[in-house]
Amino acid sequence: MPLVEIADIHKRFGAVEVLKGVSLSLEKGEIVAVIGRSGSGKSTMLRCVNGLEKVQAGRIVVDGIEVTAPGADLNLLRQRAGMVFQSYNLFPHLSVERNVTLALRLVKKMEREAALALARQVVDRVGLADKLHAYPDELSGGQQQRVAIARSLAMQPTLMLFDEITSALDPELVGEVLRVLESVAAEGMTMMLVTHEMNFAKNVADRVIFMDQGRIHEDGPARETLLEPRTAELRAFLSAVLH
Amino acid sequence: MIRELSSGDIVYLVVAARWTVLLALAAMAGGGALGLVIAVCRVVSFRPLNWLAIGYVNLIQGTPLLGQLFVFFFGLPLFGIQVDPWVAAALALSLHAAAFFGEIWRGSLQSVSARQWEAAAALGLPYHQRLTHVVLPQAIRIAIPPTVGFLMQLVKDTSLTALIGFVELTRASQIISAATFAPLPVYGTAAVIYFVICFSLSRLSLRLERRLHAAR
Repeated sequence: MPLVEIADIHKRFGAVEVLKGVSLSLEKGEIVAVIGRSGSGKSTMLRCVNGLEKVQAGRIVVDGIEVTAPGADLNLLRQRAGMVFQSYNLFPHLSVERNVTLALRLVKKMEREAALALARQVVDRVGLADKLHAYPDELSGGQQQRVAIARSLAMQPTLMLFDEITSALDPELVGEVLRVLESVAAEGMTMMLVTHEMNFAKNVADRVIFMDQGRIHEDGPARETLLEPRTAELRAFLSAVLH
Repeated sequence: MIRELSSGDIVYLVVAARWTVLLALAAMAGGGALGLVIAVCRVVSFRPLNWLAIGYVNLIQGTPLLGQLFVFFFGLPLFGIQVDPWVAAALALSLHAAAFFGEIWRGSLQSVSARQWEAAAALGLPYHQRLTHVVLPQAIRIAIPPTVGFLMQLVKDTSLTALIGFVELTRASQIISAATFAPLPVYGTAAVIYFVICFSLSRLSLRLERRLHAAR
């Protein structure tokens, strides 16, 4: 049984149909890069997976939880499907350590000591052990994004969703975040990432999904799909992003 | 009979100022509680409550405080409800303050980015914990300067209750000024007392801001 099953979802914002029947499934351990122009619906699809957006039709099941069912336990789902955002969204009033421990203490009901130990471990893993007591506004964008990844990792999710997490970063800070992503990928995490980093998609992802105008146009192994696009839409997109 | 201004008069003014402070405190408590309700009514996704809160805020903010005082002091007796100046003043100032607090706090709540709500939701926090642990601490920090600023306004606005015969600092000044015919020193003293109260508040605000800033 796939870990994520998206079946014919439709999503409208007012009169604009953003997703026009998207179907997709992910096996455990798979790393899927979702690419496409802005407005193609890729971020919206990702946000539907953890219930941040509601679909008007279709069905999504994640790790046995039917996200689209009325009264679905979204808070439980979100413990299993972590999400990292383009704009980091760290809590500015909390230190790095407390950003990480907040949900561990409140949601996972961990003991203080255990939560602190886990926080130290994940923050160390993203290479920021010396920033444990810093506040978000004392960190660079790349550091903040690494903390956001650590915060999400600490919840020990079965799936991680990354929504254009390097798009807001200065070019020289992209590398450090991608390296953290690679290390997470290397440990077998199931990942779905919306990205504009084509090289990263080619080298790290198992699969590439190309979306255009609310539909999936291509879905295939990362390398082949990016090197030999089958549709004119993907060819045009790739030549536009790769100059 | 006109008499000399004495140190006893100054003491009388300082003592009268306790009513100014008590009235401001009562309005702060009453207005704060109702203001919280109004802020919540403004942000919940239930239209009738939104409209009710907006209507209330417009009504209060769009009419003079003096008129509101008169409504309670002269209006309620028309319905057979006798109110003394203290009750009328405390009620009117509370309802007045509630509209302003409601708007200040709504604005502070809404100025916390929707992304903060989302980030908290994405970690599995239930709604009430998103509010209490993520959004409120940030909103409170934003709300302190305008809240304290309005409190100072409220302290000075208590002087309007002199017009319904409530003896607070301004009314006491009128009385002594009439008896001594020394308006300048009397009202000057009153002004100094108002200043001391408001300045203390502004210092308190600074300290609160600093404390919350240190803890972020």
